[in-house]
Order: sequence, then C-alpha cells, then structure tokens
Amino acid sequence: MDTVALPDFRNLGVIARVLVAVNALAFAAVLAAGPDLGGSLDRFVRVAVSLEPVLLANVVVLVLLSPLLRRLPYAWGALCVLALVLLCTGLVHAGLGAVQLDGVIPRGRAHVLLLAALMTGGLLGYFHLFARAHSPALAQARLQALQSRIRPHFLFNSLNAVLSLVRSDPRRAERALQDLADLFRTLMSDAGRLARLADEIVLLERYASIEQLRLGERLRITWALDAAPDDAAMPPLVLQPLLENAVYHGVEPATGPADILVEVELRGTRLRVRIENPHWPDHVPHAGNRMALENIRERLTLFFDAEAHIETRIERGRYCTLIEMPYRPVAPEKTA
Amino acid sequence: MTPVAVFIADDETPARNRLRTLLEDIIDTVPTNVVGEARNGLEVLEQLPGSGARVLLLDIAMPGMDGLEVARHLARLPQAPAVIFITAHDRHAVEAFEVHALDFLMKPVRATRLAEALQRAAVAAPTPTATLAGAAAQAGAAPRGHFSLTERNRILLVPVADVLYLRAEQKYVTLRTHEREHLVDESLVALEREFAERFVRIHRNCLVARAAVRGFERSTGEGNEEAHWEVLLEGVPERLPVSRRQWAAVRAEVKSKPARD
Repeated sequence: MDTVALPDFRNLGVIARVLVAVNALAFAAVLAAGPDLGGSLDRFVRVAVSLEPVLLANVVVLVLLSPLLRRLPYAWGALCVLALVLLCTGLVHAGLGAVQLDGVIPRGRAHVLLLAALMTGGLLGYFHLFARAHSPALAQARLQALQSRIRPHFLFNSLNAVLSLVRSDPRRAERALQDLADLFRTLMSDAGRLARLADEIVLLERYASIEQLRLGERLRITWALDAAPDDAAMPPLVLQPLLENAVYHGVEPATGPADILVEVELRGTRLRVRIENPHWPDHVPHAGNRMALENIRERLTLFFDAEAHIETRIERGRYCTLIEMPYRPVAPEKTA
Repeated sequence: MTPVAVFIADDETPARNRLRTLLEDIIDTVPTNVVGEARNGLEVLEQLPGSGARVLLLDIAMPGMDGLEVARHLARLPQAPAVIFITAHDRHAVEAFEVHALDFLMKPVRATRLAEALQRAAVAAPTPTATLAGAAAQAGAAPRGHFSLTERNRILLVPVADVLYLRAEQKYVTLRTHEREHLVDESLVALEREFAERFVRIHRNCLVARAAVRGFERSTGEGNEEAHWEVLLEGVPERLPVSRRQWAAVRAEVKSKPARD
C-alpha cells in the first residue's frame, strides 16, 4: 500500500488542481458569507488580492522543493509540506501587512494560518485518494487485465506461422519462438513499473519480426528512431498495442503491400510518438481499437497526469496516432 | 482411390505452406492434390471455378473479401466445392459453424483433424447458400460487399456500392446499376435485412440505396392511378413509386438523409 507518494508539484495538472481548488473554496466561502451575488463577487475580488500572493508563493516553494519532498517517506513529506505552507503563508501575510493593505486583509495571523493548514490538509487528502484510486492497489488488477489483452488472433496465427517453419527453417522458427516468449513475458509482467524507451523499442522490434514472418512483403515498416532518447521513462506497453493496431487495421485488410511508419523523437522536453498506417474506410473497425486507445490514454494519465496526450487523425488517407508526453529520463532511485 | 482436388485459400504464405505440408503428411490416408492457391477472397472467386477443385480449405480472415462471403458466392456455382473453413480465433464464427453444422478447423491445424474433415468433405453435398447466409448472419459478419451471378462456370461480381435499387420481379430480383441491370435469385426480404444500412424499402417490391436518392416528386397519377410520391435517382431517368404504406418511413429518412458516402 505504501507506494503512495506526495503529488508531483511540478506537474501542470497538480498545479492547476491546487489553484482551482483553493480559489473555488475561497469563492464558496465568500458566497456563503455574503447576502447577495453582486456583493459577493466584489468581496471575492478583494479577497483574491490577498489570497493570490499567498497561494502563488506557496506553489512556487512547493515546485522548487518538490524533488526533495518526494524523496521523504509519505508521512514526513506531508508534514514538511504543511510546515512549509504555514511558514510561507505566515511570511507573505506579514509582508502584505507591512505594505499596509488594511481592510483588504481583515483577518488575524492565527486565522489565516488555520485556513492555510485546513486547505493544505484537504488537498493532500485529495491527492492521496487520487493516487490510490489510480495506482497500484486498485488499478493494478484492471491494468493487468487490459495489458494482457493481446489479440488471440495474433497468438494463434503466429504459432501457425512458426509451425510452418519448424521443418524448413528451424533456426528462424527458434528465433520466432524466442521473440514470442519475450513479448509474452512483458505482457505478463508487473503493470505498475516504468519502462525505458529503449526496452519498449526492442519489444516493438520483436513484435514486428513475428508479424513480418506471417505477413512477408505485405508488411513494410519504416522506423524513424534516430532522435529517440533511450532513457526516456514511460508506462510499459504503450507502443506495442499501437503497432498491433496499425498491422491489424492497416495491413491485414490490404491485398497488396502496406506501409507503416513508426517515429519516436525528442523535441525540446517533449517525447513525441507517431504511428501511421494506411486507412481503409470500408474496413469495419473493431471495438478493440477504441479500447486499446482508451487503455493507453488511461495509463498515460496515471503516469503523467495532464501533461501527456494521445490523439488519432486521418491525414491524406493514412490513419495517424500521435502521442506526446514529457521527457523524463529514468531516474535510478525511482523504482515505484 | 482418385486423389481429391484441393484448393487452398489463405492470405498468409506460411499458413498456406503449412497446409501443403500437412496434406503431404496425410497423403496415405487421404490422397489429395493441390490444384490451386489464392491469397485473398477475390482471387479465390477468379481462380477456383476453372480449377476443378472438389474441396476448398478457406481461411475466414482475408483481405478484400472474407471467407464467409467467398463461400456464399461459390455456393452458386453448378459444381460448388465442399468448403472447410479455417479460423485462428473467431468465437462468433465458430459458434455459427457449430449451429449450422459446417465443417471448420482451428489454426494451428492438426493433421488428424484435417484428414477427417477431408474425408467427410470428399463425399459431402455442397452447402446451400441459405445455410451459409444464416451462418454469416449469426457470426455477426459484415454485409457482403458484392452480389454475385453465375455465368456458365464463372462468377460475376457486382459491388453492392454500385447498386442504385433492387426490384423484385416474380422469381428474381433486378439489380440496377448505372450501366445495366442484373438478375439475382435472392429474396428481397433477406436482402433488406442484410443491407438495412444501405437500402430503404420504398414499396412492397423495391429497395432503394439511400445514397442514390436525389429527391422526391409528387405524381398526380394518370388514368385510374392514384396520386403518389416518386423517388428520383442520381444518374438514371427512372422514377420509382413510393407506396402509401412506406411513405412516412421514407420521408423520415429524407429528413435525416446522411451525407453521401
């Protein structure tokens, strides 16, 4: 259970949630206290003048200290966050008092600190629940189920292809079985760990070589991986299902050869993945396709919150899947 | 025993090779000779009729046209081959085959199962189209992409997308395309059910492709004919009468007429 960590205060999603939550609470408090809406809006603006500097200062402090805080055990980390918030709030409050915004900050210091402590506690509680709901314990089972969703169609066709080689080309058959074993090992492994991009790419190549065996010259894959950083961290098995979809929907319905593009590149601090396959409008897409995409979206959200996104579009007769996520080198100490 | 002429249809080269190997392995039990191979459904329809094949080993998942549709077109041939379906994993198809007592093999295919299936197929009567249609419907297969007619020992395909309307005339149904008319012996009711997405019934004897409808016109009626609505079509001069019973349903369609595909 104790893999729950403090939220990553450098994550845009976390920052946005903190800002929205605190302001919404302030607004609710003002609404509850005031007699009419017009007066409340006016009062909220005045409260905001004193609230925002405190809030922003707190956010900046947490963003700066986030890596240090996250290294602590959860309970200590939470206490430190609380202490930091109180200290920071106290200082800013005193500073604002010094510039004499009288009447705008009608409350005493103890009053303000108590409010800050309550809000911090509430938000930490919320992030704790959020992390629990999305990660290990609860989501584990579901992730596992989603992850082991390789198409049975693929397994049986591959075995059939390997069988066809056993007598004529035993070495090729051996290699194909090893590739299959690697693929299934990953499929059945722990869904919660982070993977290195380099390992994900090896897996893609294993998968591709099995498909190549079965589809021969019908499958043509262009790999554009020169600008792919080997050490990028990402949820495991994000790329393989996308390539599997590309083969299933782009190559198998084609009577002739079909081209797939796999491109992974680092642009600034963003990792971009692009997978393209021919689009066949008459081919009835299976519900499986949407499910795979939803599954990947969910896992990206779990690892990167609002900073990753995935979209699909049709460009010049080709079906494109695009993923963007922050580039985070795999940190040696992070083995959650 | 004369060897059974076998035709192999699978889009994957290793899968075809595997079937050839297995046929070699069981040649003493069931003598066979392979008279042809095809890599997709359309190739089967082109090449099988002239090949003299008695048995067709037919993969279900193939590009161009799937195995179920291929079997339905082949069944119209005067000398239709016995079909043994092959599937890697398609639960719905397998259930449908069991219900309709159609022979099928699972990939990877075992030599003993293949031998048994071949022995049965060598003496079996061809499966009627209606049974295959029933199995396809139960398997949740997509509607056929083509209508088919047999001309002597050949199969002529008419893409469903080219058909403007279908009109029942006595025993046959007339298919109207831009270029010409064809006769097929299928029932309008079954066609309406299979192609509900594409065609709308406008009259007891007529289905019209939604995409081909250009508009409607009121006909005043001549002689003792009652006034009624008529469908105007893209590209052909005919006007098709809408029956009073169907008018409400047809009009509702027009209001929500989807963009042409």
